[in-house]
Amino acid sequence: MGNLHLETIESLQAKLREGACSSVEVVQDLLGAMEAVDGQVGAYLSVDAETALAEAAEADRRRADGKAGALNGVPVAIKDVLNVKGQPCTCGSKILEGFVSPYDATVVKRLREAGAVLLGRVNMDEFAMGSSTENSAFRTTRNPWDLSRVPGGSSGGSAAAVAAREAIASLGSDTGGSVRQPAAFCGCVGLKPSYGRVSRYGLTAYASSLDQVGPVTRTVSDAAALLQVLAGADPMDSTSVDAPVPDYREEIKLGMEGLTLGLPAEYFVEGTDPEVDAAVRAAVAQCEALGATVREVSLPHTPYAIAAYYIIATAEASANLARFDGVRYGRRVEGQDPIEMYGRTRAEGFGPEVKRRIVLGTYVLSSGYYDAYYLRAQKVRTLIRDDFAAAFGDCHALIAPVSPTVAYGVGEKTGDPLQMYLGDIFTVTANLAGLCGVALPCGFTAGGLPIGMQVLGPAFAEEQILRVAHAYEEATDWHTRRPALVEETVSSRQEG
Amino acid sequence: MEFEAIIGLEIHVQLKTCSKMFCGCANVTGRAPNTVVCPVCLGYPGALPVMNAEAVRLTVQAGLLLNCRINLFSKWDRKNYFYPDQAKNYQISQYDQPLCLGGSVGISVDGTEREVRLTRIHLEEDVAKNIHFESSSGVDFNRAGTPLMEIVTEPDLHSADEAYAFLQALKQILAYGEISDCNLEEGNVRCDINCSVRPVGQRELGVKTEIKNMNSFKGVHRALSYEIERQKRVLSGGGTIVQETRRWDDVAGMTQSMRSKEYAHDYRYFPEPDLVPVELTEAQVESWGATLPELPAARRRRFVEAYGLPDYDAGVLVAEKRIADFYEEVAQACGNYKAASNWVMGETMRALSEANMEVDASPLRAEALAGLIQLVDQKTLNMPAAKEVFQVLFTEGGEPKAIVEARGLAQVSDSGELEGFVEQVLEAHPQSVEAYRGGKANAIQHLMGQVMRLSRGKANPQVVLDLLRSRLDG
Ligand SMILES: [Zn+2]
Repeated sequence: MGNLHLETIESLQAKLREGACSSVEVVQDLLGAMEAVDGQVGAYLSVDAETALAEAAEADRRRADGKAGALNGVPVAIKDVLNVKGQPCTCGSKILEGFVSPYDATVVKRLREAGAVLLGRVNMDEFAMGSSTENSAFRTTRNPWDLSRVPGGSSGGSAAAVAAREAIASLGSDTGGSVRQPAAFCGCVGLKPSYGRVSRYGLTAYASSLDQVGPVTRTVSDAAALLQVLAGADPMDSTSVDAPVPDYREEIKLGMEGLTLGLPAEYFVEGTDPEVDAAVRAAVAQCEALGATVREVSLPHTPYAIAAYYIIATAEASANLARFDGVRYGRRVEGQDPIEMYGRTRAEGFGPEVKRRIVLGTYVLSSGYYDAYYLRAQKVRTLIRDDFAAAFGDCHALIAPVSPTVAYGVGEKTGDPLQMYLGDIFTVTANLAGLCGVALPCGFTAGGLPIGMQVLGPAFAEEQILRVAHAYEEATDWHTRRPALVEETVSSRQEG
Repeated sequence: MEFEAIIGLEIHVQLKTCSKMFCGCANVTGRAPNTVVCPVCLGYPGALPVMNAEAVRLTVQAGLLLNCRINLFSKWDRKNYFYPDQAKNYQISQYDQPLCLGGSVGISVDGTEREVRLTRIHLEEDVAKNIHFESSSGVDFNRAGTPLMEIVTEPDLHSADEAYAFLQALKQILAYGEISDCNLEEGNVRCDINCSVRPVGQRELGVKTEIKNMNSFKGVHRALSYEIERQKRVLSGGGTIVQETRRWDDVAGMTQSMRSKEYAHDYRYFPEPDLVPVELTEAQVESWGATLPELPAARRRRFVEAYGLPDYDAGVLVAEKRIADFYEEVAQACGNYKAASNWVMGETMRALSEANMEVDASPLRAEALAGLIQLVDQKTLNMPAAKEVFQVLFTEGGEPKAIVEARGLAQVSDSGELEGFVEQVLEAHPQSVEAYRGGKANAIQHLMGQVMRLSRGKANPQVVLDLLRSRLDG
């Protein structure tokens, strides 16, 4: 047994190309790592080791035949919200327990076409509703840096698996920060592509106008490699956009020189953990030292973003989740008539946070309240979009903290949903405005918890934000640090 | 007191597209339950709708045929309600920005022509079919997600006759435009009624009821006749009309309160985030208008000019598109336009109406009818024999020539063979011969009939007449 689970996509691809290892060996090492740490971390919901090993063997054969794809033999863990043919897709909910999907999401299809190996399904907040993965109906995922803390959410499993070296890379989904925030909490790189950049077909919808699939990786270059495969228009998703897909892996190497970065005043405010604030400011200084011009910008409608987000997201969710009724698939609790069956099925199948958001969304769409809530929230959304358009008139990208805090304790905020919602203050705006953003490590607290910053860019300018992030990452070594838990498993495995 | 009825209709029309409204499944009927389905039309997690451009074109074309204003910008909305015939528990429809606005349909009742105004036409997806068994229910999703066009009229109708005339006129236009098959038996056209009654002279409208579950235009007529009378009776007796939905019971011949929980539905419409708005250009709409099929009035003129038909014939033939199409095929194949018209308007339409059948559902092919007409023109068949062949063509199909041979129906025109029959008849009916010679010209008809009988209907009547005349007059 080797330590192939410690590799990045980039380093792994070099080894696979040279024949220094096989894809099967990579999967075996990852399965070993899962065995060693997942009992403590709880990142995975299901792993079909047999199929993963068979896909890896297939990838090795393709390589031998000279038919290796762009991600040939690279294992990728998949958030349990994405459909994979023949696999469960619980979305972290009891209502989909036992459901087996009959089809592949477009992103899954693209991973397969690129030769990637699908490694297993990672945990999440139920239907992607949450910021700590504590809303999963199945298990609590813990932060590999401190097992008493949350990994963030809703893609907590995706980030925890990558941080704990139980996955080389993973896919998550970001509706209001669900890729970026757990990436920041776990010291990973998390990319939210622009709305329309990546197909949503097969991504179980939380809020259709905000959802995007994004990668969680260890390096910016790896995020670029995954985006390269995922990006592009899809005839199955009318909201995907037919914009040219640049060569991300090349574009990101262009360096910091000549770029103007904006610091939104509203994102550096009282209430943010001073260690987070200091780390992000230090990162900005580093960018400046690397050749960027830095200026302050203003996004004046930021204070209204959380309210607008929770109105729009829950409104859409209330309709999106109506299909889980026990009629065609998933859990069913019988009743005297269909209405009673719906009631019982949904009462038993959904957890409290999902119910809370369905009720909220139903309320804001109700006759008599629509104008006051939903319509007004849409107007705020336009204003937020305009804020960003003005800011991007002066700069290439914005830099901000991902979250006002670092990872908090398990159970610390579950009693106060509103407090939890406020943690999304710096991330929801990118979704409301359809922008792209990437979170990456920019320091650690004195207690050893990762701190993340995010680089936000205009829609369809992923190469620009990845370029900033890559230049910063090249000059720093935050991304090379590993949780103590990983060190233990590495040494014990080498002895064994 | 005198009352007047105020009636508005909502008509759902199934469009004639290849595939469903938002997925690639075929738009077909008659398949085993739940065999024409996919993750999209079953509402599976993560599945997304993709708009069917053909359905949009057909709806815009319907709008053009019905004099609507076409909205170059329209959008999709979600209509939320829980029901087992809904895969997603919301229906993708168009709420405040439909594809077509306004419009009108001309009707003619008791010789009076008038325009019925339309409010709007929008496009949506159809729901599944619930099937009820003894102790359980099933849902067949084959129909779920097929394109459905909804036409809403203004409250411009005032009687069951007007409503019926409107539906007939609408059906004719939509069938002509090839928008829908308009097959009522298959549920291609479904209609809901809004109806209220008020004393003549009263300005404000009466309380209206909504009537559902009519499965034919005749049903609409009967339901309306019943409901108008019911409302008049209630009002005359000093009662009040309850705003409610009533179900038409076709067997009992009455409408009944559906007694469902009387709460106003809140559909919580909001813009469908999975689809982009429909944006059309003037040029696109124009080009769709240019490819519209010929409408009845134009076709009627063309039938008069190109086939030399009397205006009356042309009017009868174009009333239904399928009949007009059938006529043109027969006329072109046989070359005898007037005879083709007589056969289609006469025998064919009579047989269809007796069999209660659409022309394309009968075994009779245009080519075969054309062949039959040619056999008559060539004097191979006389009329009675031709009608016998027609009956076979209509019920069993086949080749007219083969039927003539198999049944020995070919007309006898050989005077040698017929002279023998004439001789026998003249000998057997001296009184008729006497009468004819005495000046009763009609008597020759009787003699002719006898000759035809001897020939078992196969004699060429013209030859027989000539032979009789030459013998009697000579
Ligand atoms: Zn389908």
